[in-house]
Amino acid sequence: MASKTPQSRARRTLTWLAAIIVGLGVILGIGVATNNTSGVPLLALDLEGGTQMVLSPETSTGEAVTPEQMSQAVEIIRQRVDGSGVSEAEINTQGDNNVVVSMPGTPDEQTRELIQASANMEFRSVITAGSFTATPEDEREDVSEIPEPDAEPENGSDPNWITPEIYDEFQQTDCTAPDANQIRDNLPADEAIVACDFETNSKYILGPVEISGDQIDSADYGMSQTPTGVSANQWVVNISFESEGTKAFQEVTQRLTGQSSPQNQFAILLDGQIVSAPASQAVIADGQAQISGDFDEERAGQLAEQLEYGALPISFDVESEQQISATLGQDQLFWGLVAGLIGLGLVAVYQFFQYRALGLVTLSSIVIMGLLTYLAIVLLGWSDNYRLSLAGIAGIIVSIGLTADSFIVYFERIKDEMRNARPFESAVNYGWERAKRTITVSKLVNILASVVLYFVAVGNVRGFAFTLGLTSIADLIVVFMFTHPLMQLLARTRFFASGHPMSGMDPSLLGQKPLYQGAGRVREFRPESEVAPKRNKKNKRSGKEAAQRQTIAERRAAERAEMVSTNKSSDDEPAREDL
Amino acid sequence: MSRLATWGNELYAGKKSYPFVQRWKTWFIVALVLLLAAGGITALRGGFNLGIDFRGGSEFTVSGVENSHPAIGERVVADLVPDGDATVTNIASGTIRVQTAELSDEQTLEVANNLQEGYDVPADQVTSNFVGPTWGDAISQQMLIGLIIFLVLVALYLAFYFRTWKMSAAAIVGLLYVVVLTVGIYGAVGFEVTPSAIIGFLLILSYSLYDTVVVFDKIRENTKYLEADRQRTFDELVNLAVNQTLVRSITTSIVGILPVGSILFIGAGLLGAGTLRDISLSIFVGIIVGTVATLFIQAPLYALFRRNESSLQERDKRILRSRKNRAEDTTEDNITSIDTN
Repeated sequence: MASKTPQSRARRTLTWLAAIIVGLGVILGIGVATNNTSGVPLLALDLEGGTQMVLSPETSTGEAVTPEQMSQAVEIIRQRVDGSGVSEAEINTQGDNNVVVSMPGTPDEQTRELIQASANMEFRSVITAGSFTATPEDEREDVSEIPEPDAEPENGSDPNWITPEIYDEFQQTDCTAPDANQIRDNLPADEAIVACDFETNSKYILGPVEISGDQIDSADYGMSQTPTGVSANQWVVNISFESEGTKAFQEVTQRLTGQSSPQNQFAILLDGQIVSAPASQAVIADGQAQISGDFDEERAGQLAEQLEYGALPISFDVESEQQISATLGQDQLFWGLVAGLIGLGLVAVYQFFQYRALGLVTLSSIVIMGLLTYLAIVLLGWSDNYRLSLAGIAGIIVSIGLTADSFIVYFERIKDEMRNARPFESAVNYGWERAKRTITVSKLVNILASVVLYFVAVGNVRGFAFTLGLTSIADLIVVFMFTHPLMQLLARTRFFASGHPMSGMDPSLLGQKPLYQGAGRVREFRPESEVAPKRNKKNKRSGKEAAQRQTIAERRAAERAEMVSTNKSSDDEPAREDL
Repeated sequence: MSRLATWGNELYAGKKSYPFVQRWKTWFIVALVLLLAAGGITALRGGFNLGIDFRGGSEFTVSGVENSHPAIGERVVADLVPDGDATVTNIASGTIRVQTAELSDEQTLEVANNLQEGYDVPADQVTSNFVGPTWGDAISQQMLIGLIIFLVLVALYLAFYFRTWKMSAAAIVGLLYVVVLTVGIYGAVGFEVTPSAIIGFLLILSYSLYDTVVVFDKIRENTKYLEADRQRTFDELVNLAVNQTLVRSITTSIVGILPVGSILFIGAGLLGAGTLRDISLSIFVGIIVGTVATLFIQAPLYALFRRNESSLQERDKRILRSRKNRAEDTTEDNITSIDTN
């Protein structure tokens, strides 16, 4: 079939590669046009300047922290940092046991404390409820007119907790205000407070703390069951309390059960915000409570996680904190790029020295790889907020050498095949069959290394591992989809096929009689059966010895060459004998 | 160029051959001596020069300084923290680094503040780095876990690909040597061991193994049809493969070193100590050690591992016998691939 010649396949592969690059470019273009991405890679803190804190969790009881608690901790730190007004902070877990907080600029004292503090979970009884928004100003009672409570409060639901100040705050609080859902730390434990419930859109005055988070033993969620054991098809959250908590919760439920709404409710607060405000429907004496409501699975799971987290308050130790000046980062970025360009230039010069015109193939392949890597990094920055760090840049610069090696392996294989007296075009195809295997296997080692490092390591190593893996993949794409097809097409050009001295594949230097005879005259390539004896005469000390001296590859090549001379068309097909 | 090409042709044909495998005893002794020397010098220096990430402590870098007198930094720290134990160094022109004992979070911020005033630079030119006492242990432990997982996976992968655990074992043993020697050289030179240096060591794992796989793949190819070949002993076949890939090994290491070298010299020369210098130094050393070790350690090791296989021993005997017979037939020069010229 005419469409199956190596050249047409090569052209098709190159078209695919072009399509991939154009496709990525178009995606990026759309991103830039819609202002979703700037078109340049996002920079990590060590280049952009800012603060990076590595935190490790610590529990008051010394218990180990479960992955669920960790992810909950990250969620809570994120809410706290966002709540403190720092924009663009990034919070991630790394390894099993570290939380990394990165933010531009220098955090103030309060933010730093918030980040490290443990979560604060508390149960308070609802005293009264009101509208979600603030009371209109003309309907408000003046502070001085609100009566002082007439007696000491007797229990957590006693309206005597409501001081004029609290009531005034209650009137003024607007739960729809943008800062209403911020973290509130240092709420007084033994006073009434005002809190918003964003789930039911209500506003409450709550009594003092009655149960604290550390009195919860555990929490989970599941389907509720009827007394007969049939699933009731309703998601519920189960809480079990510790002994003190059991007693306290019994008191609370005893008081609340049977009261009219909202005084039959209690609120569960995390960091000063209500996560749930259920009504008590029965006295719970055994410490096994169940919260039911209009939950879907996700909401039930979230609530259980929050309760579980509250049960084991985690505070954070600062393992390391870096504040990097923006100027230092810019310097490093600038000189890192300069170093990369110088390195690329040196590689280009050296490749030209060794492979002549083929050095251009290497250089253009590296440029294509650079383009693919750049597109990938920008697009990953857009989709996954991937940020390029200095270690990542070092990874890219180092990969120039590793990428060039793919071409070196390939070119040396082509040379080996030419030493076996193949013409250039067939040497390209035979050499490729062997080289591609070596290249794939060795690149997989790099990819394996980067995957392991990425998932196990912490800190800077990840950025480095990521770019190393990315460039290895880009390298494979380039070798298979650019370098080899290009070589196949070049093999057809007169310049390379004739073995021009500048082509880098001069047959006369590889033990073959020159095909190129100057002044544009080209010797016809002759089958090896004719070429081989001449070559042997040049090298041999005795004919018998020369035959013995042949390597397997040489002998097989000779055998193949015989086949070629009888059936020349088979020459286009790559070697198959070792498959 | 033409001499290089001729050299490549002769290596390929086996006309010229360097005895990587045959003289393994010499290479292994040299390798051992190098290792002992690097380890000895490191020990004499009092062990590794660990960076603050491993010791714990605070570090400040002030850039764009006009009056780079260390005394300013020392005074700033002493005023705030009398037992701060400050080391102030001028790491590059206009760049001051202050290292102190472990300060509390707040102290770190205060010192950064005062350094900025002391050296009279804008606030965004002071970089501070506070590292808790257990952080170094945590990252070292993670690295170790990563290293073990990587080695196990890669050993399985190579054993599967090459269909022989002996190649895999030779590659891994050589790999460990490369890493240990590189770390040793790093210690002997006295550069600070920072997380960036560790990244470099980990890259060497990857690079060195990569280099070995390329050469081993050629060995695999050369030793695939053992029955068909009646000219060369197993050692000679392995050695031929190493020689045939020699041009590639040298070219690759040069190409690998060029960009790393340019980061190293720019990193060290213009920016002073930092991520770039630390990464590139360990990689620079590692590429050289890794390439050389593939030739002199890993390949001979593989031949050694297979030396006691009876089928190979018989085959080698057969070949040596017939070679001897032929040598008696012809008085011309003996065929041997050992050619040390």
